[in-house]
Amino acid sequence: MATAAQADSGGLLHWLDRSHTVAKPGFSRWLVPPAALCVHLCIGQVYAFSVFNLPMTKLIGITESAPDDWKLTELGWIFSIAIVFLGLAAAFTGTWLDRVGPRKAMFTAALCFGGGFLISALGVYLHELWIVYLGYGVIGGCGLGLGYISPVKTLITWFPDRPGMATGMAIMGFGGGAMIASPLSVWLMDYFSSPTDVGVTGTFITMGLIYMFFMLVGATIVRVPAQGWAPEGYVAPAESKKMVTTAHVHVDEALKTPQFYLLWGVLCLNVTAGIGVLGQASAMSQEMFPGQITAAAAAGFVGLLSLFNMIGRFFWASTSDYIGRRNTYMIFFALGLALYAAVPWTGQTGSIILFVAFYCIIMTMYGGGFATIPAYLRDIFGVRYVGAIHGRLLTAWSTAGVLGPVLVNYIREYQINNGVPKADAYSVTMYIMAGLLLVGFLLNWLMTPVDKKHHMTEAELKASMEG
Amino acid sequence: MSDSENVSGANTIKLALAWSFVGIPLIWGVLNTLTKAALLFQ
Repeated sequence: MATAAQADSGGLLHWLDRSHTVAKPGFSRWLVPPAALCVHLCIGQVYAFSVFNLPMTKLIGITESAPDDWKLTELGWIFSIAIVFLGLAAAFTGTWLDRVGPRKAMFTAALCFGGGFLISALGVYLHELWIVYLGYGVIGGCGLGLGYISPVKTLITWFPDRPGMATGMAIMGFGGGAMIASPLSVWLMDYFSSPTDVGVTGTFITMGLIYMFFMLVGATIVRVPAQGWAPEGYVAPAESKKMVTTAHVHVDEALKTPQFYLLWGVLCLNVTAGIGVLGQASAMSQEMFPGQITAAAAAGFVGLLSLFNMIGRFFWASTSDYIGRRNTYMIFFALGLALYAAVPWTGQTGSIILFVAFYCIIMTMYGGGFATIPAYLRDIFGVRYVGAIHGRLLTAWSTAGVLGPVLVNYIREYQINNGVPKADAYSVTMYIMAGLLLVGFLLNWLMTPVDKKHHMTEAELKASMEG
Repeated sequence: MSDSENVSGANTIKLALAWSFVGIPLIWGVLNTLTKAALLFQ
């Protein structure tokens, strides 16, 4: 196994090494969240990828789809492949990232994500879909996974007093990225379009370069604290609290604990329910309030949900620093259960305000689930391998990314085929999602501290720091 | 170890630049979203 020293590379890439990212005295830790945001605001673009779908069905026909143009169903795979590779990259690179430090990981993420766009531009130019799958899906997806987990441990180390708030700030960027990417993509496609071109190639090249630059700025700013650093006035607790350990669990050992699988289930169920309703928000709003919510208003509604998704990431993760992670998830599941079950009622009463309000609160908890999980992992497994463990846990997200939409679409189709009116077909879906949250509540309720037999010994910890 | 909370003048400029670098695009995105969302209540 390579050591940290061996991981240090020479030559021009020396700058990327962990040893060159150790903060000098006087460095402000508040520079680290913007460094993380540089990455997360970029990779959050993935949520806005669907804006390219329709234009990419007209690459040949320009004004309308030609027979040889790509189909929407084929294009849908680009996003799915990217999310799968996000999970895989996060799971398999966590340990490497832990060894080489955040700068090298963020640099690699920038090359992968920006490069993925550039390769996809070539695929669009040559009209070869497999190149787009490879570019944005596989290579870009790896950039997503690496970029997502790269600043997490660094932030937790810089903010031992407020780990939830720190990771919430970064992961908030992932929620906000789509709000920037969506109008930017539309504007760029408009700029590059001509009577013979829908403008996707130029947009991909421009966005690839912009994102690469932004992420590299983040990699330049990021620093890790020197060994033994602590914020002024902060005294690390000498003993573990009930649900906050001062010990450390190795990433391989964490996989042997029931706590890892409980948290995997907690994240998976929270995300499944959220993705499930997020995917149908536009259609649901129009069908539950026919004639009152237009297609344009529904698009605005989806945008509003993105905003609350982002706000929830910061709000709930910060709140968890005060009320505890377990209690925060208890609120997600209990309040979520009530709100999911109440959404059909808002349709029956015809209250758009309540419908929008319930949905917005649900979205804050969906985002909050993502943002609070790193601090929850830190509380349960300690700081040493939190980045790598977080990476492994993100496979729950990939699973939910498939499970949520499939579950919702299948249930809806089944009901409509059995004669249930479209406006009513959402009720059962929402009740089933509420049921998933009940299971999540139970899993979270079962959460206990990790058995001491899984903790690293002082000698193991010292060896891991040196190695 | 000196504390990072004591922000020097140079650090203040760095902080302002770094937060503006991420804050300005984010605010632009939020304003865009709110403008579109306003349609929902018209």
